[in-house]
Amino acid sequence: MVTERLSSSGKPIGLENVSRVWGETIAVDALSIEIPAGSFTALLGPSGCGKSTTLRMIAGLESVSGGQILIGGNDVTGRPSSKRDLSMVFQSYALFPHLSVAENIIFGLKVRRMNRTERDTRLKKVADLLGLSQLLERKPGQLSGGQQQRVALGRAIIGEKPICLMDEPLSNLDAKLRHEMRLEIRSLQQQLGFTMVYVTHDQVEAITMADQVVLMNKGRLEQAAAPRELYEKPASPFAARFIGTPPMNLFPANAFKKLCTAPDFQLGVRPEAMHLQDSGPVSASVRAVEYLGADILADCVVAETSFQVRLPTTRRVTPGQSIELGFEPDALHVFDADTGRRRDDLVSEFGTLLRS
Amino acid sequence: MKMRALKLKRDWIHGWLLLLPALVFLFAFTHIPAITTLINSFFSTPRGRRSAKFIGLENYDRMVNDPVFWKVLWNNLWFAIGTIPASVGLAIVMALWVNEKLMGRGFVRMAYFTPTVLPLIAVANIWLFFYTPGFGLFDQITGFLFGWPASNYLGNPDTALNAIIVVTVWKEAGFFMIFYLAALQAIPVSLKEAAQIEGAGRWTIFWRITFPLLMPTTLFVCVNAVINSFRLVDHIFILTDGGPDNASALLLFYIYEVAFRFWETAYGATLTVALLALLSLLAIGQFFFFDRKVHYK
Repeated sequence: MVTERLSSSGKPIGLENVSRVWGETIAVDALSIEIPAGSFTALLGPSGCGKSTTLRMIAGLESVSGGQILIGGNDVTGRPSSKRDLSMVFQSYALFPHLSVAENIIFGLKVRRMNRTERDTRLKKVADLLGLSQLLERKPGQLSGGQQQRVALGRAIIGEKPICLMDEPLSNLDAKLRHEMRLEIRSLQQQLGFTMVYVTHDQVEAITMADQVVLMNKGRLEQAAAPRELYEKPASPFAARFIGTPPMNLFPANAFKKLCTAPDFQLGVRPEAMHLQDSGPVSASVRAVEYLGADILADCVVAETSFQVRLPTTRRVTPGQSIELGFEPDALHVFDADTGRRRDDLVSEFGTLLRS
Repeated sequence: MKMRALKLKRDWIHGWLLLLPALVFLFAFTHIPAITTLINSFFSTPRGRRSAKFIGLENYDRMVNDPVFWKVLWNNLWFAIGTIPASVGLAIVMALWVNEKLMGRGFVRMAYFTPTVLPLIAVANIWLFFYTPGFGLFDQITGFLFGWPASNYLGNPDTALNAIIVVTVWKEAGFFMIFYLAALQAIPVSLKEAAQIEGAGRWTIFWRITFPLLMPTTLFVCVNAVINSFRLVDHIFILTDGGPDNASALLLFYIYEVAFRFWETAYGATLTVALLALLSLLAIGQFFFFDRKVHYK
């Protein structure tokens, strides 16, 4: 295995009430996260939610307004990036345009005055690992986007740092390449064993790659959980609608006649969890139908709330038609309308009510 | 077939008509004078009714044996060595400083650029006052701090050229700074951040990242600085008038003296040809020397 010597054991990262404030705007608001050693953690959220700022604070490129950042148990809040023992891949790759691929990759080793033979063996290993051996003499301007991405990865892993940070590294690639790089980055991280913090606004990237997804919204932590838990048990309506395509349907409780006694709750059901069921609890009228090939996506309305449902192509559904829908009892999600918190204790009660 | 030929001819005429205004000026003020100068350098100076006659290389022979020519050429070399590295270096330092976030940045930028905006003659007069023996600014400062006696910087053959070098550096550095500032702002911040993460300090970042990326600007600025160092005459008129004993005369100043004070136009033309040859050699040399070291985006 080529990677025998290219390995680094990860270090855990901890954020304790970390804030970043610019004048009136609060970019990151008292954020606390635990990132276990050697894990792949994705910071996910819509643009402007503070995920990139959080990453830059971990990197030491942005100063911290309040709170503490711990790396490997040590407080690094005031340390410059060079003293935090980490590497980073930038969205724009930030390759040095005047240096060759080889010079770009070994830049950090040269800065640290590593001896030549050690440098060359490491360079050879990284180049073999990333398939860059033929390109070492080229300048970044002569490479394709995917190759530039690999050079940036090479520069990040050659130092064998315990932590690697990535800021939307795949957003400049086309869809096919993005898929390949996703798999490649994930396997690289598992082979080398470093702790990865990966910023993305693409929920598919986060769900497919990460061990832990940290979902952020407006500078606050929305939910930090494994991808499966995030999908199956979203902690808030925001998390419910952010994960999954199409997003989860949310209904005010009084959209259902049988629940009009409990107006303070929001009910959620995923479009793929609903199915046609005669005399089911939801009777809706179809407004529009999208044919997707494998299945159809129907836009429906119930009690002035529009929602989507994924249906098999076997039964014909046309706009204007009335359909009756049902779902499994555990497919129901209940959220408190005031606090926005998840109320698992009410799921079975509401489920029975709806079914009755 | 005939129609097409006619149309082609019309296009051709149109093309030349469009080029004509620019061509007229280019030829009238650049090409024709240059060629006339070259021709004149092979003739004698016409005097009264005696018209110019062809004398071959006699003017060039005179130039090679003219001690003043060698003196001003040497002066010019010293002037170039004294001004170019200093003004370029100062420009980079100032640009780096003004590129940082600091209080009153706009004001500092403007202050640096002021020498370029001021008219040359006014600038020279201000500096004339600075250098005045006895009560000039420099004498007052050195007299007050170190108790030095009054000194005539501009009247002393040992210091006259250096005094002019100082004025020129002061004037040029601010101008070059603008180019460096523009170039610095075109370098993405992420490059600096990437280098920081890799553990590079400020000094390493400057020498390994910033300075190499500024090379195209440095080439441009250096070509300009070289040309400027051979083009300077106005300061000398005001500050020293070439003296004492040609100690501060530069090549172009000498050409002016020969041609328009002594009216030896043929010899003036010869000196001009020498200057042009020197300048083109330098420009070509710089491009060849730098081109291997410059990375263009």
